[in-house]
Amino acid sequence: MMDKSDELVIAGKAYGSRLLVGTGKYKDFAETKTAIEASGAQIVTVAIRRTNIGQNPDEPNLLEAISPSKYTILPNTAGCYSAQDAVRTLRLARELLDGHALVKLEVLGDPRSLYPNVVETLEASRTLVKEGFQVMVYTSDDPIIAKQLEDIGCVAIMPLASLIGSGMGILNPWNLQIIIENAKVPVLVDAGVGTASDAAIAMELGCDGVLMNTAIAAAKDPVRMATAMRKAVEAGRDAYLAGRMPKKLYSATPSSPVSGVIAPVQDKAA
Amino acid sequence: MEVITLQVNGRSVSVPAPITAAQLIQQLELSGKRVALERNGEIVPKSLFTQQGLEDGDRVEIVVAVGGG
Repeated sequence: MMDKSDELVIAGKAYGSRLLVGTGKYKDFAETKTAIEASGAQIVTVAIRRTNIGQNPDEPNLLEAISPSKYTILPNTAGCYSAQDAVRTLRLARELLDGHALVKLEVLGDPRSLYPNVVETLEASRTLVKEGFQVMVYTSDDPIIAKQLEDIGCVAIMPLASLIGSGMGILNPWNLQIIIENAKVPVLVDAGVGTASDAAIAMELGCDGVLMNTAIAAAKDPVRMATAMRKAVEAGRDAYLAGRMPKKLYSATPSSPVSGVIAPVQDKAA
Repeated sequence: MEVITLQVNGRSVSVPAPITAAQLIQQLELSGKRVALERNGEIVPKSLFTQQGLEDGDRVEIVVAVGGG
């Protein structure tokens, strides 16, 4: 049951789900649609690409399977290696989505690791914010850069847990914690989540949400993993809000009463 | 009839001139599809497709939404 008072608010809009999902790497649109429904996600990322010229004009369209009337479509700049290309891509996306301003900015620095180029990311953020975009920004887990992106006016900061598509989980929880503590806008882990426990850990750290694609799409059973991720994000969020018990090496107080234990059997011969 | 060559999504496409963005989209069988168009690095708003003329050598990008993370 979703707690109404615990919604994720991004750029003034409230979402019941704290799990954001991508639409890449699925077998077909039918699987994409079923997995996304199972994930409970309300914000769904898409990429912007050149249309095939002169090939199969009746090819199905992603936005017919994932309708912008049902989901908040979050166009990304995946594959862009410069601020300029990222800005152009999102201008096209805004036009494509009828003026929709919420976007995911990612400017990559290296095709092998897909590590973000934060210099280009900062530059693109400035331009996009000036042009009225609501920028959810993918970045490294550097707390200083995260703060600078927030100061520029990004509406959500999305540090990586580990490299895109790696499934390595959260490699630097301490940096994430610093970013979360410093931020006044939502912080979402984007990239690196491999399985449900990774998502739960991100939420337990205090992340406002998790964005993932490969962890679901590359699972043997994507629909089932989508369900697992929905539960993990909800469980992690509840655990964070509940406030965990402190860790300690020894427990001075066992869970069961210390008094009233039955007497040990006496040795009659004694 | 004059024929001009455009670079559409990185490919040379020869079309009869004059031609508007809307006519190019129609010629490419993309009418009614959700697409966005850029001409020489500048966005052409959908509302201007029927007015925006294209010239020889123009670089045109036509994009759609695809699966991505």
